[in-house]
Amino acid sequence: MEAIPDTSGYMIAGYVFAFVVMGIYVFSLYLRNSNLKRDAETLDSLQAEQSSSSKKK
Amino acid sequence: MQPKPFILKVLDIVSIIVLAVAAYLALVFAPTEAVMGQVQRVFYFHIGTAWVGLLGFVIAAVAGVTYLITKNARWDRFEVAAVEVSTVFFFITIVLGSIWARPAWNTWWTWDPRLTTAAITELIYIAYFMLRQGIEDPEKRARFGAVYTLLGGISAPITFMVIRLFRTIHPVVIGSQSAAAQGGFSMTSDMKVAFFFSLFAFTVIFIDLMWHRIRLGSLEDKVEQLKLKVSM
Repeated sequence: MEAIPDTSGYMIAGYVFAFVVMGIYVFSLYLRNSNLKRDAETLDSLQAEQSSSSKKK
Repeated sequence: MQPKPFILKVLDIVSIIVLAVAAYLALVFAPTEAVMGQVQRVFYFHIGTAWVGLLGFVIAAVAGVTYLITKNARWDRFEVAAVEVSTVFFFITIVLGSIWARPAWNTWWTWDPRLTTAAITELIYIAYFMLRQGIEDPEKRARFGAVYTLLGGISAPITFMVIRLFRTIHPVVIGSQSAAAQGGFSMTSDMKVAFFFSLFAFTVIFIDLMWHRIRLGSLEDKVEQLKLKVSM
């Protein structure tokens, strides 16, 4: 009977790769979300400033 | 932006749990395949990610058609989310396949019909984002994107069917395979449990990530509109 070949290194590489890519993607979603939230807040305050200065005029 | 819905919070937790269970079933529960050894375990995530990858490309095509009919920006966001999440998963599929191929076929890559159509499909959807980046007008961008995903969507069923229609070394898990296929195996009942749970787990994770990406798309649109208002 032939022995089962040792291919565990490939298996570990595969699973590490899959988890790392999924992790990077989830982190990118989080990062883009927090950047956009900050942008939205800044733009909201800019818009409020603009509308208050136009009222004064 | 609207606060995160309770169901999405639950779905986040469920996604983490099913991913952990799928990994356990693939790495511990499923028996070691007698010919290929441990590397065969890569198969469970390879198929799981391929399933949601190709499914997402078809969903994107449907969303594209719906956008062209309704002109509702919601469908454009849906389409972008489907393409982005699927492109990530399909990239994992291709790399996992390549890792499996090295001991099974004695090569990292070969221009076999399945591998070629898979690579073309991935490149089509990477180009989709390049196309969108190049168009400033949101309406035009959405229209072009919709037509593109509609045409690109054809590549998904071709990639799925190619191993069933042509002579290829890529094994077929369900259905009859080509005589030239190498690395095929018949699944035991425990392998089937890991296999079907992996399909289920990646479907749940796909829905969760899609939902997050759609919400991100809404925020992107809001910021784009605010920028226009402020610059006026």
